[in-house]
Amino acid sequence: MSAAAGDRPDVPLLELRGIGKDFGSVIALDDISTTVRAGQVTCVLGDNGAGKSTLIKVLSGVHRPTRGELLLDGQPVNFGAPREALDAGIATVFQDLAMIPLLAIWRNFFLGSEPTTGWGPFRRFDSAQAKEITRRELGAMGIDIRDPDQPVGTLSGGERQSVAIARAVHFGARVLILDEPTSALGVKQAGVVLRYIAQARDRGLGVVFITHNPHHAHPVGDRFLLLNRGRSMGDFAKGELSREELTAMMAGGDELTELAEELERPTGR
Amino acid sequence: MSTTQEASAGRRARADERVAAVGLWRRLLVKPELGSLIGAVVILAFFSLQSDVFRSLGGVANWLDVASTLGIMAVAVALLMIGGHFDLSAGVMTGTTALTVGIVAVRLDQNIWVAIAAALVLALAVGFLNGWLVTRTGLPSFIITLGTFLMLQGLNLGLTKLFTGTVIVRGIADAPGYHSAELLLASTISVFGQPFRVAIVWWLLATAVASWVLLKTRFGNWVFATGGDEVASRNVGVPAQRTTIVLFMTTAGAAWLVGSISAVRLTSVQANAGTGQELIYIVAAVIGGCLLTGGFGSAIGAALGALVFGMTQQGIVYLNWDADWFYFFLGAMLLLAVLTNRLVRRYAEAARR
Repeated sequence: MSAAAGDRPDVPLLELRGIGKDFGSVIALDDISTTVRAGQVTCVLGDNGAGKSTLIKVLSGVHRPTRGELLLDGQPVNFGAPREALDAGIATVFQDLAMIPLLAIWRNFFLGSEPTTGWGPFRRFDSAQAKEITRRELGAMGIDIRDPDQPVGTLSGGERQSVAIARAVHFGARVLILDEPTSALGVKQAGVVLRYIAQARDRGLGVVFITHNPHHAHPVGDRFLLLNRGRSMGDFAKGELSREELTAMMAGGDELTELAEELERPTGR
Repeated sequence: MSTTQEASAGRRARADERVAAVGLWRRLLVKPELGSLIGAVVILAFFSLQSDVFRSLGGVANWLDVASTLGIMAVAVALLMIGGHFDLSAGVMTGTTALTVGIVAVRLDQNIWVAIAAALVLALAVGFLNGWLVTRTGLPSFIITLGTFLMLQGLNLGLTKLFTGTVIVRGIADAPGYHSAELLLASTISVFGQPFRVAIVWWLLATAVASWVLLKTRFGNWVFATGGDEVASRNVGVPAQRTTIVLFMTTAGAAWLVGSISAVRLTSVQANAGTGQELIYIVAAVIGGCLLTGGFGSAIGAALGALVFGMTQQGIVYLNWDADWFYFFLGAMLLLAVLTNRLVRRYAEAARR
């Protein structure tokens, strides 16, 4: 699994070369390039409408890129459906759509990849094994669920994201794409999710972390791709950019300084 | 998001301080069939106390018979509803299949089994069409199947008139192979000297198979997921479109079974048979705990919902009440069920952001 890329650290797990995507006359993405390496976190930062969602959809096989190349282990790939990307080891955790709220945790965990037992018409979903694996895998990520039978809807947002990450890791994802996993969470819960991102990274996965929050991106990121209006504002390694620079670039520098001055006094922070 | 929630999330890895919150009551509440089980027991007790005919073996055989054909449909409709869709053509489809059996057997002089097979092919084709149109267009299944419902209603009348010159197909009992079909679909089984309709066995079988498929197979998981959130399930690799189409074909297949049973049992079929039943199937499924929004429900619950129907319909007759009370009662049950189901959904989604 992740060993293949680990043997050749010079070849990135996933590489984007000049990726572009048009919707009719709208250029949603143009000339995006970056790399995702095993055991590293590549952060994709951008404000609303920067093209982050389109980029995820290209990576996860929902959209085909109009231009450019996607390379997996140095080989060009072309995904026609989310299933194909998944089979190639690219798992995506979508922001609000990671889980079915009314479905039990263990059912959600194995959704789309259910283990079966028995033969012929009596082939069935191996629920005992599924529950056991769910409990174990979540435990390995440090998530102690109370009851795998409870509906996912009863979990908090952070827990749900974490279950989705654990699921992707279990199913042999080599590249994990996280769509704004922290955006709707409180500070503590966001911290919990960031810890799971670091854990996934430490287990040798290449992580693509999409966010608009430089404070979440900077501590875990190894690479930063900044997007603005569908174009790349640069692709930086960790050492090349301080958190302040990152924040400034994200918000468009001067604009942010102005905004900060404007807002500083009333909030008192 | 409250601070207590955040605080507990931070400590989650070690302490499970929220375990106590998931009490027995809430555990039971998320069992979709609970409401219909309570309802069935209450109604059984009520009518049994009021009427000795109701609680006699003959009475039991009678209301089980009413519940059986309804139950076969309710179970299939429940699967479809859990999968997030409605089928308004389900009622008229029982008429379409029964008429097909009759016309092919009587007017085209075929063996009854050929007629039944032809009806199956037709039913599955219509079911496929329903499912295919729904998945292709993304339009509400309510509208699509309303279209097929009206078309089938017209076809039932038009073709029956064309083939028979009347609005009824008669003489199915004279078709070759009738006796084997009668044995399988319309015979009775004697229990303690009381004949019970074989349709009851088909109903129990359909419930068992549907429940097994729903709870114990991959497909069942896909049904829940597709109804719960279609986009999310597609994103994790669930073949949502195929699941939906198979569910519509299942409903049509159940209609074929019920249509064949009624054609063989009654040996004649009215051109308007089955029309209007579709809403009763949906009500039975809702009483059985199916959410109108999909993603939640149970096959056993739907079977119990049908039982509630059968008992009420026959019980009111046995008590010599005016039949109008039946509809009042039904409406009240439906409202009660919908309100209970709403609670369940609120609980299950309690912690949604």
